[in-house]
Amino acid sequence: MDDLIGQPLDRIDGRVKVTGRAVYAYEHDVPNAAYAVMVVSSIANGRIASMDTRAAEQAQGVLLVITHQNSLKVPGAQNQSKTSPPGHAVQALQDDVVYYANQPIGVVVAETFADAIAGAQLVQVTYAPQPPQMDLESRLADAYAPDKAGGGGDPAASHRGDVQAGMAEAKKSIDYVYRTPFEVHNPMEPHATIAVWNAPDRLTIYDATQGVFSDRGRVASVFGLPPENVRVISPYLGGGFGSKGPVWSHVILAAMAAKQAKRPVKLAVTRPQMFGMLGCRSETRQAIAMGAKSDGAITALRDDTVSHTSMFGEFVEAASLPARMLYQSPNNSTSQRLVRSNIGQPSYMRAPGEASGTYGLEAAMDEMAYALKMDPVEFRLKNYAETDPEENKPWSSKSLRECYLQGAKHFGWSKRPLEPRSMQDGNALIGWGMATSVYPTRRSVSNASARLNVDGTFSVDAGTQDLGTGTYTIMTQVAAEAFGVDAKQVRFRLGDTILPQTPVSGGSQTAASTGSAVHLASQALREKLIQMAIRDARSPLSGLGAQDVILNKGRLYARSNPARGETFRELILRSGQPHVEAKAEAKPGAEKDHYSMYAFGAQFAEARVDADLGQIKVSRMVGCFGAGRILNAKTARSQFLGGMIWGISMALYEYAAVDKRLGRWVNNNLAEYHVPVNADIGKIEAIWVDEKDDHVNPIGAKGIGEIGITGAAAAIANAVFHATGKRVRDLPITLDKVML
Amino acid sequence: MKPFSYFCPATVDEAIQGYGEAQETRFIGGGTNLLDLMKMGVERPAHLIDIGRLPLMKISPHGDGVRIGALISNTDAANHELIRTRYPVLTEAILAGASPQLRNMATMGGNLLQRTRCYYFYDPSYQECNKRTPGSGCAAIDGYNRIHAVLGQSPQCIAVHPSDMCVALTALDAVVQVKGPHGERSINMTEFHRLPGDTPQVETNLQSGELITAIDLPSIPYGKQSHYLKIRDRHSYAFALVSVAVVLDADEDGTMRHVRIALGGVAHKPWRATKAEKALTGEKADKKTLRAAAEEELADAHGYEHNSFKIELAKRAIVRAVTTVVGGQQNG
Ligand SMILES: Cc1cc2nc3c(=O)[nH]c(=O)nc-3n(C[C@H](O)[C@H](O)[C@H](O)COP(=O)(O)OP(=O)(O)OC[C@H]3O[C@@H](n4cnc5c(N)ncnc54)[C@H](O)[C@@H]3O)c2cc1C
Repeated sequence: MDDLIGQPLDRIDGRVKVTGRAVYAYEHDVPNAAYAVMVVSSIANGRIASMDTRAAEQAQGVLLVITHQNSLKVPGAQNQSKTSPPGHAVQALQDDVVYYANQPIGVVVAETFADAIAGAQLVQVTYAPQPPQMDLESRLADAYAPDKAGGGGDPAASHRGDVQAGMAEAKKSIDYVYRTPFEVHNPMEPHATIAVWNAPDRLTIYDATQGVFSDRGRVASVFGLPPENVRVISPYLGGGFGSKGPVWSHVILAAMAAKQAKRPVKLAVTRPQMFGMLGCRSETRQAIAMGAKSDGAITALRDDTVSHTSMFGEFVEAASLPARMLYQSPNNSTSQRLVRSNIGQPSYMRAPGEASGTYGLEAAMDEMAYALKMDPVEFRLKNYAETDPEENKPWSSKSLRECYLQGAKHFGWSKRPLEPRSMQDGNALIGWGMATSVYPTRRSVSNASARLNVDGTFSVDAGTQDLGTGTYTIMTQVAAEAFGVDAKQVRFRLGDTILPQTPVSGGSQTAASTGSAVHLASQALREKLIQMAIRDARSPLSGLGAQDVILNKGRLYARSNPARGETFRELILRSGQPHVEAKAEAKPGAEKDHYSMYAFGAQFAEARVDADLGQIKVSRMVGCFGAGRILNAKTARSQFLGGMIWGISMALYEYAAVDKRLGRWVNNNLAEYHVPVNADIGKIEAIWVDEKDDHVNPIGAKGIGEIGITGAAAAIANAVFHATGKRVRDLPITLDKVML
Repeated sequence: MKPFSYFCPATVDEAIQGYGEAQETRFIGGGTNLLDLMKMGVERPAHLIDIGRLPLMKISPHGDGVRIGALISNTDAANHELIRTRYPVLTEAILAGASPQLRNMATMGGNLLQRTRCYYFYDPSYQECNKRTPGSGCAAIDGYNRIHAVLGQSPQCIAVHPSDMCVALTALDAVVQVKGPHGERSINMTEFHRLPGDTPQVETNLQSGELITAIDLPSIPYGKQSHYLKIRDRHSYAFALVSVAVVLDADEDGTMRHVRIALGGVAHKPWRATKAEKALTGEKADKKTLRAAAEEELADAHGYEHNSFKIELAKRAIVRAVTTVVGGQQNG
């Protein structure tokens, strides 16, 4: 089976999903389970003055109502956790303080879900409210500089050269503020947890989580248990987008409720409750100044970004990171600052930092290209960074130039008139815009094991998660290719802490980290099997050199004579062993010290804007990416397209609408929190440049889950400008912003 | 949600008799709005009367017009031969709303009585809402009010009626047939919904316990010269920011003999644009005349922090919708 890796194999889990047989977190059949529903705060700042639970307690089916007055005390809830946003704390009913709207302040446990919901509506709460703080603009003076920025632990600020001198040298300069709004993840599957105490100090959790091991670690630390006493199971996820990476309050509350009710407990977060306690993409304010010579060379670039964090934790929406490394600007400075607000903890959301940051930077690049009367692609090529200008390191690989050229060709960019508002079709003004995509390539320590079973099939295990992205499928492909068997001969298991330890599925690192571990474990098993054969006098391969044995089409055979060989089943049966196993750990090496590692891309968009009514449609979009080795052409394409579609959402539709007086997001349901529907998506294509990168990791994959959203919003915003001649600098670009 | 009793009568009279105490009882049609509101705790009925089996499921010629049974689904009404051919603006309006799944469930009666999507009404954890709790105030006036009213609102309430279908029915001068404890009566569509005034909790002129049995559409010979224009934040599955239903009778030379215009998304009820209609009747549909008529209609409009754009948008929408019909680009 040559080249199984890369094939557009259908999803291994596709059939069980579309037939409804895939069991998601809330659906595990746990005997004797009770149902828990959270009571949440309706104010954003203050204290709980009183909670009257009597009516709820007497309601039909209600077993228990937990508030801060009778909750199990879990001092570990305040512990810092390495696996959550730094300083992240859960709200586990330990006191009467309210930090944000929709904060959990109680749990009603009942015999049925309906009883629990009805009971929760009967809890009477009075508050001692304080005015909430939620506005960014009016509190810029209070902003502070954090120590670090972003998931990679980058410094919060950067400087090279002399920006002031660079600006003075410039022929053209721009200086604008770009804004992105609060966004809430809203995966299709709301968060849900089932907690079962198997013994007073043993806990099993069925959870919708992007990290079974980080979940285990956090829960164990909160309840003061050794991690091995906690088992976390998560075979299927209905999306996560980062929101299921950290361990949020409801997981702790499910376990607490199960302990206090002395019953297994199922807890589902309702859709309206998802707006607050489960993270968000923070609003950003990106002040960007740029100077350039008349030939287009950037002389200076400055990006000062401010975002929100919560009152109790710290997370930086590191939107200034792309401005550090994307262009060869000799004089460069960036900074990140934070204001504390009465919101749930902002956190990771698909391409945290880069998604927002490529909007500001790439819209500014477009403005500068117009100032210079230069084609936007040409302007970017003029400032192409051949090496990482911030780190002074070579790129492990970079195909951005090819992405610009191939993407432009595919889109038909060369026919674009430079002038804005120069293409029209009836009532529709038409515009073309483009932008650069970038996302760092990361990996973490990961383990995997591979086993040949007595029936000749293979089992491969790693604790990791499949968010719906295709982990089951690509891991199966990586293993099957190593063994030279059909994908059907390999059974890959994931989503359980009894399996080999793996990192959280975030930062687009699962393919790189766990894919490498699966690759190494499979290679190790392959070697073991070859050795078994060539050292066994009874094997037809006895006496051959290891390099002379080929694994293909389910057999091991001699390179020189394919008829000389045997099946895996023959090999293992003869050995008398129940199975043969190999394990491997893959960990980041020195590559990070020697190379800067990123995936890059270029996005092109066509926007049609109704000249009078302002309605916008992205009629066409092309994304071209250079993202290392593509493990499965089908799941990869879906990831790119999904990212690009979220970019359309970010550009045109999506925002959590803020009522600043109340400190609340008012559009907390999927009818009013708009993401694109089918009718909003025109012709959209993702293509990629073949890229071989021997430096990033053993399988050469860069991770593709996040790059698709980066640059997408800017490409669309730039297309809207090209269509209308009107520059909107705060997302989303709703019709009122362009029609007036 | 609060526990409730459930009764599924077979006849209209049983349904009306079963109604009992108004505050505590609700008819349930498709349930696509009522159930959501019950889950949120906005509606807390003790008794539900499921009218889903009542024999009100016919669309048939009625005099010169057409009668639509109250329990006809939105999908079936939109796709019915009599509606598609005689009142295409109604088909367009219904199909512009919600999603296919919702339209399959939603009934004509339920659509008439669907409630506002004002955030502060929809979630009882907001303390201020005169519609939900009379006298408690209006959180929207100084809150986030992008989707709210610019015409006919009051200091008590700035919510809008969200229906698309009702905008077309208003332009068509439909008549709502109801039956209650005191017998049958007819209510003109323009009189069916109310402006908020000091009693935003009273949304229609339906009396307690009255059941909607049918909607009658009068004969409109020029019904095909019509268009429903819906402007929204995405291309499907979003409520109207502004919508316009236009039905008109224009001569070959573009002179309009009859003009019917109704606006959606701008008021507590579907807004019959009588001023614009008057200004346009007998005139030619040139841009200047249209713009002047639209200006006149919106002269008393008043916006808030986030929704003032609706005033200009409504004007442009009127111009566009009428131009489209006169230009013969829709339903012609
Ligand atoms: C996500 C979402 C998006 C939507 N988008 C749109 C949109 O874009 N445009 C739009 O127009 N609509 C939209 N809708 C609303 C939808 O059209 C209404 O929910 C539907 O028409 C209500 O009909 P129903 O039969 O389900 O009513 P129900 O929910 O059953 O009832 C609604 C009300 O009417 C009363 N009632 C029902 N039938 C009768 C009767 N015969 N006599 C007396 N009282 C009665 C009930 O007591 C209740 O108070 C949307 C709804 C949802 C959930």
